[in-house]
Amino acid sequence: MNSLIKKNKKLIFNLGLLLIFIWLLVISYSSSKRKPENVGELLTDFSWLGKWPKWLDLPLMKWINIGFKNLNENYGYIFEAINNFLLYLLISLKNFLIQAPWPAVVLGVTLIAYFASGRKIGTTVFVGVCTFFIGFLHPIFWQKAIETTAIMVISIFLCLIFGLPIGILMSRAERIRNKILPILDLMQTIPAFVYLIPGIMLFGLGAVPAIIATFIYAVPPLVRLTDLGIRLVDKEVIEAADAFGASRKQKLWGVQMPLALPNIMQGINQCTMMALSMVVIASMIGTRGLGDEVLLGLQQLNVGRAAEAGIAIVLLAIVLDRITQSYGETLQQRQSPVKKDKNNV
Amino acid sequence: MSKIEINNIYKIFGNNPKSVMQMVRDGATKEEVLEKTGHTVGLDNVSLKIEEGETFVCMGLSGSGKSTLIRHLNRLIDPTDGEVLVEGTNVMSLNNQELIDFRRHKMSMVFQRFGLFPHKTVIQNVGYGLEMQGKQDQERNKIAMEKIEAVGLNGFEHQYPNQLSGGMQQRVGLARALATDTDIMLMDEAFSALDPLIRSDMQKQLIDLQSQLKKTIVFITHDLDESLRLGDHIGILNAGKLVQVGTPVDIVMNPADEYVTAFVKDVNRAKVLKAKVIMTPANGAQPTGSSRLKVHEDQFLEEFLPKIVLKDIVVEVVDKAGNIKGYITDKELQKSLSK
Repeated sequence: MNSLIKKNKKLIFNLGLLLIFIWLLVISYSSSKRKPENVGELLTDFSWLGKWPKWLDLPLMKWINIGFKNLNENYGYIFEAINNFLLYLLISLKNFLIQAPWPAVVLGVTLIAYFASGRKIGTTVFVGVCTFFIGFLHPIFWQKAIETTAIMVISIFLCLIFGLPIGILMSRAERIRNKILPILDLMQTIPAFVYLIPGIMLFGLGAVPAIIATFIYAVPPLVRLTDLGIRLVDKEVIEAADAFGASRKQKLWGVQMPLALPNIMQGINQCTMMALSMVVIASMIGTRGLGDEVLLGLQQLNVGRAAEAGIAIVLLAIVLDRITQSYGETLQQRQSPVKKDKNNV
Repeated sequence: MSKIEINNIYKIFGNNPKSVMQMVRDGATKEEVLEKTGHTVGLDNVSLKIEEGETFVCMGLSGSGKSTLIRHLNRLIDPTDGEVLVEGTNVMSLNNQELIDFRRHKMSMVFQRFGLFPHKTVIQNVGYGLEMQGKQDQERNKIAMEKIEAVGLNGFEHQYPNQLSGGMQQRVGLARALATDTDIMLMDEAFSALDPLIRSDMQKQLIDLQSQLKKTIVFITHDLDESLRLGDHIGILNAGKLVQVGTPVDIVMNPADEYVTAFVKDVNRAKVLKAKVIMTPANGAQPTGSSRLKVHEDQFLEEFLPKIVLKDIVVEVVDKAGNIKGYITDKELQKSLSK
């Protein structure tokens, strides 16, 4: 009996799919209000083959709305807890940065750039000037940029917490990868507004749905590049680790992760850039930040204001990009330090 | 008991290797199997024994399965069928933790493209096996330094692999394999990626090290000269089958089939044959001739050939103590050098 099931696994699976499809057809027919008086009419009156009939309508909308309502009513406390936690993190970070004197913040960013770029003066100065210019464009941008950055930092933090382990898991098991890849595709292709709306309903207006939406939008490249980075590590190097008796854990943390780090940093860089673009879109659901300046400019048909805010966003993007990118480059150089001595030539 | 014993190993690559086993057992060729089932036969009923302290060279062209074979010894690849015994332990029966311990303490490995860790310095690379064995920093660095000196890389210990030339990188690979002090060393085309001069240099270094260390070495190569120079025994693989196992002299003088014949056709025999192999033992009549030359029994023919050719000299082959073991005259020379 068992062997019979095993042999026809594929057939049984396909039959199951067919049954589900028929069930869906029946459900959509019976739950529709616009169906004919009785089923027999379908066989005598063939007009339903012309225009798409009203009763051939999968009630997915109804299901989702009901499910969503249930979720909200029964498990609302979970979302509230998440909401409070994220809001607390966000506000502490934001207040800290806003209350700090602005020269200190500019200096801090410059210092981070200095160390991340491996003490490259050019990058450091460039990042410092860009940071200064954000506030220089319009004093109000300073606070707005900090609000935007705070949301991004929290989102990226979430991305790292969830994205890295998922990426690692994917790289280690083909089966997990095959299951997660379509989910990542889904996350990247579903229009952002589609999950902004449920975000608002679950978490209310403001920063938290923006963080969640940003997370959903920005985490796929990090997961993908973590997975790819680990799998791209030279096979012979992995064999060497195996041959000397490294356990899976030792291999992962001692060999695979360090060698995948440049790729992972590229993932973090991508994640940052996508997060920034999402945070701007999220201003549509009332998230405060640079995005809402653009929105205001748009609503008032004030080209100058929108352009100024746009430039500020670009500057912020440059700062974040340079810092994460140059850190990746520094790492890469450490791994292949061949052409370090340019002066010797 | 042999140090390593491989019994009837089969390795088939593909989606469902077990399903093809019967076909391969029934003697289907590699091409037939590939055409009918899409599976690739990596190894086809390979059995061999490797004794303690010897250098066993496994030779074949690319695709003959030699790299697959060596990876069965430390189970980097699992066989489809058959067993591998190392010091009497069946490697196939080890569970995960036992396998890790086995790799840490019994075998070390040198790789064709070195397999060094690019993010670790030379000394960290050499100490990697010791790190896996759980040795502390201080002891680790001490042993690693000894091995770095043994392969002649003093002063480079804090460089990264990418800063070294290919030959130096492979010395690091060799030092790393020596550092764990395992009985068995696997060398997968260890010198194939090096240029000829450095390769010959490394071969010499390996011979010198081996004369002190007496490890059991399994060496993979596609280069006949290399295998003749290094091997105590040579196994020749063709399309996953082991076609001949023997000493270098066996292989050169009595090739088992056309494949081996073609392989050894162009070899310089004078390089392979030792005096004791071609001499006529000294128990019969002494050859006449007044001019004599003494050579040690382990000397290769090429070393004394220039001195005797066309000069009508009788070579006396002696052992370490100076006792005459046999003679070589023009007759023996002619016999050994003609194909």
